[in-house]
Amino acid sequence: MTAATATPRRLDASGYFACFGGIVWREVLRFLHQRARFLAALVRPLVWLFIFAAGFRQVLGVSIIPPYQTYVLYEVFVTPGLVGMILLFNAMQSSLSMVYDRETGAMRTLLVSPFPRSFLLVSKLFGGVAVALLQVYAFLLVAYLWEVEPPPIGYLTVLPALVLAGLMLGALALFMSSVIRQLENFAGVMNFVIFPMFFASSALYPLWRIRESSPLLYEICRVNPFTHAVELIRFALYGQLEPASLAAVLGFTALFLGAAIYAYNPSKGLLARRGEPAGGGR
Amino acid sequence: MTRVAQQSAEETVDALLVRSVSHRFGPVVALDNVTLAVPRGAFVVLLGPNGAGKSTLFALITRLYDNISGEIRILGHDVRRQPTAALRQLGVVFQSRSLDADLSVLQNLAYHAALQGIGRSEGRSLAIDALAKIGLADRADAKVRTLSGGQTRRVEIARALLHDPACLLLDEATVGLDVASRESALAIVRGLVKERGVGVLWATHLVDEVASDDRVVLLHKGRVHFAGLVPDLLRLAQAGNLRGAFMRVTEDARAEAA
Repeated sequence: MTAATATPRRLDASGYFACFGGIVWREVLRFLHQRARFLAALVRPLVWLFIFAAGFRQVLGVSIIPPYQTYVLYEVFVTPGLVGMILLFNAMQSSLSMVYDRETGAMRTLLVSPFPRSFLLVSKLFGGVAVALLQVYAFLLVAYLWEVEPPPIGYLTVLPALVLAGLMLGALALFMSSVIRQLENFAGVMNFVIFPMFFASSALYPLWRIRESSPLLYEICRVNPFTHAVELIRFALYGQLEPASLAAVLGFTALFLGAAIYAYNPSKGLLARRGEPAGGGR
Repeated sequence: MTRVAQQSAEETVDALLVRSVSHRFGPVVALDNVTLAVPRGAFVVLLGPNGAGKSTLFALITRLYDNISGEIRILGHDVRRQPTAALRQLGVVFQSRSLDADLSVLQNLAYHAALQGIGRSEGRSLAIDALAKIGLADRADAKVRTLSGGQTRRVEIARALLHDPACLLLDEATVGLDVASRESALAIVRGLVKERGVGVLWATHLVDEVASDDRVVLLHKGRVHFAGLVPDLLRLAQAGNLRGAFMRVTEDARAEAA
C-alpha cells in the first residue's frame, strides 16, 4: 500500500476523542508504573497530617468558620490544604517532566501531532489532573481513617473543584515549563514557587489568623491563586460552593492557560523566540 | 477538480518541499535561503556537520516554531497555513529517544496512534502489523527499557510510519547504534522508500551512510552548498569520494567567507 492510496484520516470528533483519551491514558499509565512517585506523593501530605498537624493543633485553635459547623480539629482544617498541596506538587512535577520531555523528544512527539496545539496542551493538562485525582482520593481515604470525615456527598462534590484547581495549577506549571530553559533542580521550583504559594495561603492557617499577625501577608494570601484553590476545595468537600473562590480560580485558570498556549504557539511563542533546538538538537 | 485528477496531482507533488527558508535567532542566522525537495519515493540524505542548521530545519518542518520567511510544504500542504493537513502526512524519528521506557512497545505505539486520531482497536492492529514488518512482533509486550538501542530505533521508525505518512524525517537516527543496527535501520528505511513510496529525509553527519546513487543535500552553516545526486557532487567537487567532496565544498565556503 502506498501512502497515496491510503484514505486520509479526518480529524473528526472521534479522532479528537481518541487523541484526548490516548494522552490521558499515557499519563496515568506512566504514573502507575512509577510506584516510587505514587508513594512519595502519598507520604508527603500524610507526614504533614500525622506529624505537623498533631503538633500544631496544640498551638493553633481554629474557631468556627464556614464551612465548618462546629469546632474542628486542626487535622480537619488542614486536610483541604494538603489536598491542594498534592495538586500543587503534581502540577509542578508534571511541569518539570515537560521540560525533561522537551529534552528527550517526548514533547516533540506530542507537538508534531496534527491536532491543534492548544487542544494537545489542554489534553496533557487533563492527563496531569487525572493522575492528581488518584493521589488525592488515596490521601482522603487515609485521612478518613485518621478521623477526617467529611460528609459522604463531599467526596463527590469536591471532584469538580479538584479538577478545576488542578487545571489552574497545571496551566501555571505548563507556562512555567516553557519559561524554564533546561531541566533545573527541583529545589529551585520548590523554593521559588511551591513554598511561597503553599505557605502564603489559607492551606495551613485560616486567613483571619494571618490578618491578626500581618495585614500585609494577609493581602498577599488573598491574591494568591493557591488560596482560592484551597478554599474552593474546602467548601466543596463539605458540599458547599464558595462563589468568590470559584470566580478567582476560573479567572486564574483562563489567565494561566492563555499564557501557556501563547508560550507554546509556534509563531508567537517563547519557544520560537528563543529558538531552542528542543528535542536533542545540537 | 475530479478525484482522479486530484490524486494524480498528489502523486507528482513533492513529499517535502522547502523553498527559500531563512531563519534567524536574534543576530544569529541559523538558516540562510534554504531550498530542498524530497520527491515521493526518494531517499534524500541531508548531510551536514553539527551546527549546520539541521535541528533548526527539523524544528521548522515539524512546526515546533514557524518559519519566518519562505515556505515549507508537506505533500503540497503549507506547514504554517495548513498545519493539520501537513503534519498528518509527516512521520518523524527524533534524534533523542522519545519512547516511554516504562511502557510496553505496543502501548507506545498505541499512544502514537491516538495522537494521530486513530482509535484504540485500529491503532492496535496497525501497531501489530508495523511490528511484524520490523521483525519485533514477539517483543510487542516487552517494556521499551528492555530493548536494545537498535531495536528501540526500529520501533521508533515503525511508530513514525504507523499513520502512513507521505514524508518521513529522521534526525541522526543512527546515533549511538552499533554498525549492525545502523545498517539494519538504514536497510529498513531504504526498503520503505521502495515499497511504500515514502519520501525520506535522512539527516546525518556520517558520510558513510550515503549510498553512491543517493540524492544528497549538503548543509553547512545554514546554507545549502549542494543539492543533487552523489555522482554529480563528486564531479563538481573533483573529489574521489564523498568525504573529500564534502571537505572541498565546505572549505570553499570557508574561503569565500574569509
